[in-house]
Amino acid sequence: MNNVSVNNVSKSAAAIAAARAQGRPALICYLPAGFPDVQGTIDAAVAMAENGADIIEVGIPYSDPVMDGAVIQAATVQALAQGFRVAQVFEIIKGITDRCSATVMVMTYWNPVLSMGVDEFSRRLAEAGGAGLITPDLIPDEAAEWMEASDKYGLDRVFLVAPSSTEARMKATVEASRGFVYCVSIMGVTGARTEVSDAAASVVAAAHAAGAENACVGLGVSARKHVEEIGAYADGVIVGTALVAALHDGGVPAVAKLTAELSGRHIAV
Amino acid sequence: MNPTTGEPADGSQSAATTPGDSLRHAAGPYFGAYGGRWMPESLIAAMDELNETFEAAKADPEFVAQVKDLNKNYSGRPSLLTEAKRFSQAAGGVRVFLKREDLNHTGSHKINNVLGQALLAKRMGKTRIIAETGAGQHGVASATAAALMGLECVVYMGAEDTRRQSLNVARMELLGATVIPVTAGSQTLKDAINEALRDWVANVETTHYLLGTAAGGHPFPAMVRYFHEVIGEEAREQIIAQAGRLPDAVAACIGGGSNAIGIFHGFLDDADVELYGFEAGGDGIDTPRHAATITLGKPGVLHGAKSYLMQDDDGQTIESHSISAGLDYPGVGPEHAYLSDIGRVKYEPITDTEAMDAFSLLCRTEGIIPAIESSHALAGALKIAARKIESGAKPEETIIVVNLSGRGDKDVGTAAEWFNLIDSAATVEATTDTDAKDAK
Repeated sequence: MNNVSVNNVSKSAAAIAAARAQGRPALICYLPAGFPDVQGTIDAAVAMAENGADIIEVGIPYSDPVMDGAVIQAATVQALAQGFRVAQVFEIIKGITDRCSATVMVMTYWNPVLSMGVDEFSRRLAEAGGAGLITPDLIPDEAAEWMEASDKYGLDRVFLVAPSSTEARMKATVEASRGFVYCVSIMGVTGARTEVSDAAASVVAAAHAAGAENACVGLGVSARKHVEEIGAYADGVIVGTALVAALHDGGVPAVAKLTAELSGRHIAV
Repeated sequence: MNPTTGEPADGSQSAATTPGDSLRHAAGPYFGAYGGRWMPESLIAAMDELNETFEAAKADPEFVAQVKDLNKNYSGRPSLLTEAKRFSQAAGGVRVFLKREDLNHTGSHKINNVLGQALLAKRMGKTRIIAETGAGQHGVASATAAALMGLECVVYMGAEDTRRQSLNVARMELLGATVIPVTAGSQTLKDAINEALRDWVANVETTHYLLGTAAGGHPFPAMVRYFHEVIGEEAREQIIAQAGRLPDAVAACIGGGSNAIGIFHGFLDDADVELYGFEAGGDGIDTPRHAATITLGKPGVLHGAKSYLMQDDDGQTIESHSISAGLDYPGVGPEHAYLSDIGRVKYEPITDTEAMDAFSLLCRTEGIIPAIESSHALAGALKIAARKIESGAKPEETIIVVNLSGRGDKDVGTAAEWFNLIDSAATVEATTDTDAKDAK
């Protein structure tokens, strides 16, 4: 993992290092762009940042989200039905970074990026203040264009590793990543689960052994106890579905409250 | 040599260009700029395992013999090549030959691929197969192979399609499969694939995803073609035996493209044989309701492969429309994208109306009820015939081979409604296909 790109130091690596300096894992909070609407996404993201999120992960709604479970699908379907356009993700990033200092990553399936053009997407992402991309259906084997563009614009590239990843693939993926590697905790899709799989610790250990400076765990993480468990061995914890459900059920205040709980803080007033 | 058929695999009888230039055995993962593996890391280990198992099986005489035996003694291969003489008269007198995949066990070409993949699943020690289905033909074929080989089978089918093809749902359940209606998205084939992929990610240890078309990430496109190559190899040998020469043109319908790549395979190196893939034109390609992926789509990634794709300016997949559930898919196999780009195969749209006219014509001239999918290839053959005659070809010296990929029993409800053969109250009960109603 090379956390120094051509133009600057990795923003997400810096955010994780800052959390580490405080003796805690970084908290990475997901929400879909355009849900409940563009302004709602910005408000919820800012509330996350104010309540302990170190990195905000904004997901681009996509027609065929094969790695997502029912809760996130419902939110992204709603965003698309309301007419969400991919370019609005740049407005959202700008809206968030104008109001808080959180690092903002974009999570996206690959076809919307291909469609805009990998270079153009990367340029606009960097201009809007985005830190990089998390790419659930892009493996390093197919990422030549993205490697080039991410170097050119100084963006982080977060690939996924899984319990099924072989040692060789783990090594190649860690080497291709910048910022952190996303360790999938279980074989499955996004969704809150009562317990975090034991596999998570082994995936993180394998990622560290392969040279990852920052290995963060996602999928199935929904409560403070998970953050504490995972924080004992991982560099960051990624929460998605539970926050989306909170946003759906209780709006921005519910997101603020859950983020504060996850981060171990009291809610900001 | 393709070991499953015993046919020469090097195009030795063909008018092929120089050896090494053969298009017939493209191994993947890439077909020109297309193909690859655009999919989650969680599935890559399973794709690698599948690829290794497939490559080892191809080289294993025991596996090859198993496939050959099942093809012959279970599916009923070789399928016939039937000269359609009365249909030919309606096609201006050109000679039309039908490759009768409709006569295979389960009623379509789909059986070729499922038997092969189910054998691979067993070799990998998997106990469960999952499949997607549009028209239900691949689901029925998968349920059949699962029953034959003692595998658990779960079939994902768009909720819209379970209504259009309720008879096939019952058929799968009779064979012991579980059918799960998918209510996400457009409730058709692409959403069934999404749901099957989600299942696969969660159950990949025990489960093989038996993809039904020549699309998806590597090795699926090359592997599905391999199991269907028997279609083209038989057809080539049969047309030479029956007509004394190669055909002028070969026509097949294209959804994902598995029957087409199977029959094209036999003729790809025969430079004088024109190859045509007919896509679902739905209400017409000047309307938004069609599935003409190569005709109007642009390159993108979906379900693991880079290929042509029906998508909007944001790269969101556009919902496709066709009277034929089996062609109602906004993507297409990557090898077809490549064959289109290099100009070896021509891809054209056929509207619902053109397909249904050809459906009716074959019923009444040949006593064969074709699948609506295959009717797109028949309609295409009529167009090819008209063009050939217009450009001065002698009809009686013009030969067209059509891949009749499936039988139309499953489509009787849709066709009866299209041709107003049942009263409207019964139609509502029996239905079938709201798209067809809208289209009329």
